[in-house]
Amino acid sequence: MSVSILETHSLTRRFGSLTAVDSFTLSVAAGEIFGLLGPNGAGKTTTLKMLTTLLPPTSGEAEIAGHSIVHHARDVRRVIGYVPQLLSADGTLSGFENLDVFAKLYDIPRGEREKRIKDSLEFMGLADSANKLVRDYSGGMIRRLEVAQSFIHHPRVLFLDEPTTGLDPTARRVVWEHVERLRDDYGTTIILTTHLMEEADQLCNRVAIMHLGKVVAIGTPAELKASIGGKGTTLDDVFIYYAGSQIDSGGTFRETSRTRRTAHRLG
Amino acid sequence: MKHLEQDAQLTAWASPQPVGFLSEIISFINKTLVITELEIRKLRHDPSDLVTRAVQPALWLLIFGEVFTRIRAIPTGSVSYIEFMTPGILAQSVLFVSIFYGLTIIWERDLGIIHKFLATPTPRGALVLGKALSAGVRSLVQAVFIYILALLLAVRVNPNPVALLGVLITVILGAAFFATFSLIIACLVKTRERFMGIGQVITMPLFFASNAIYPISIMPAWLQVISRVNPLTYEVDALRGLMLVNGQMTYGFGLDLLVLTIATTILIIIASILYPQVVV
Repeated sequence: MSVSILETHSLTRRFGSLTAVDSFTLSVAAGEIFGLLGPNGAGKTTTLKMLTTLLPPTSGEAEIAGHSIVHHARDVRRVIGYVPQLLSADGTLSGFENLDVFAKLYDIPRGEREKRIKDSLEFMGLADSANKLVRDYSGGMIRRLEVAQSFIHHPRVLFLDEPTTGLDPTARRVVWEHVERLRDDYGTTIILTTHLMEEADQLCNRVAIMHLGKVVAIGTPAELKASIGGKGTTLDDVFIYYAGSQIDSGGTFRETSRTRRTAHRLG
Repeated sequence: MKHLEQDAQLTAWASPQPVGFLSEIISFINKTLVITELEIRKLRHDPSDLVTRAVQPALWLLIFGEVFTRIRAIPTGSVSYIEFMTPGILAQSVLFVSIFYGLTIIWERDLGIIHKFLATPTPRGALVLGKALSAGVRSLVQAVFIYILALLLAVRVNPNPVALLGVLITVILGAAFFATFSLIIACLVKTRERFMGIGQVITMPLFFASNAIYPISIMPAWLQVISRVNPLTYEVDALRGLMLVNGQMTYGFGLDLLVLTIATTILIIIASILYPQVVV
């Protein structure tokens, strides 16, 4: 096993009386693609927000590439990239401009900037649409542009929050291929949340299943399937086994309306 | 698991940069300008907003101004009423452009754009100041328009470059103040509906409780008190002195500038603290 790039120790976040994330402890190795699974409201997004320094933990600690998210948030921000679940590219700007802003914010030297942006567009298969306004992009193209924005500074760890929500199967597959290539070509560690079991199964080296703020199972997809036994077990079965019935899940009104809006925009 | 030539790649990795006081300041200014540039680019792609915004000050000057100039009911000293109100309408324009600026934050929060900016190492203050300055740029476009109108209405505007520079600074500072004020409200109320409600409620009182269209001296005592703590009054005062050939300032440019600078700085600090919380 290689060195761990991300470590969390009893990471906890409460909102009033609700414990959104409860004593989350995890170690991710450099170069892994790691999936966080769980029903809506399980605490995946809250976990990601803490790891990306958007939300301070109530208690506990996490280190990314050796930097504490609590004490050295700005150092952490330099070595991570974050693609939020919502639509984060600016539709009123061109693809090139969207990348240019982030290249500047991440302190890419002036001399390298243009090449870095061109390479990123090339890598993500967007070179032909560089000067088109993003509002004329397809959903899959927007997602790839967003990944390019968050990868422009070659972060050690890239966080993707439900990267393929709202995409059709073809676009989804293209995004997966690009994520895998980022890991293979740059050795980037990728942490993603999803509730698509197919995505977890195909893409992730290891997954953790979260339920009500807690990690209830962790391992490779194969290990998890083996852990509940039975022939022809799928990751869906594992999910239902650990995360329980879906009856009272599905998120709040606000979450649902947001997810559907995002899905609508990407579609 | 694959670990391709990681050692060879290490030099290309993103890494924390050395910290120094001077480089922090330079970086702060740079990042602020990046955000402002971003907003200006957006404006360039879709400038229609600037045109529709120009309608309101035109109506105020052409209708309200012309009528009140004829009534001669308001004591305006050495200048005509239309001259007296022109800097007031410029300040009003700046106020109207800036006071709904916070709406963009709520919009960008709903879209997820803010989340991504906050996950970058950009200083929070630079994110706020960058937006505030871009409200200043929008306001400058209004200023150009109002200068043209003023010339058409035979207002004797002061063409002195130093005075024009003073107007430029005052407009940007006034816009930055009200845009930041608006950002703070947006951070606190968090939803579009509530923000619009509050925006509507505060805009007109801010305007009427100032020296924009009548001098403070003719107000009832209680309103005078409010007007004196209203930063818009100081913005109007500075503009009135700088913009007109015979313009006079009540408080002096130094005090006007000081009040606006201090008020803006305080708001920027408050906004930098509140801004990261819009995504929580």
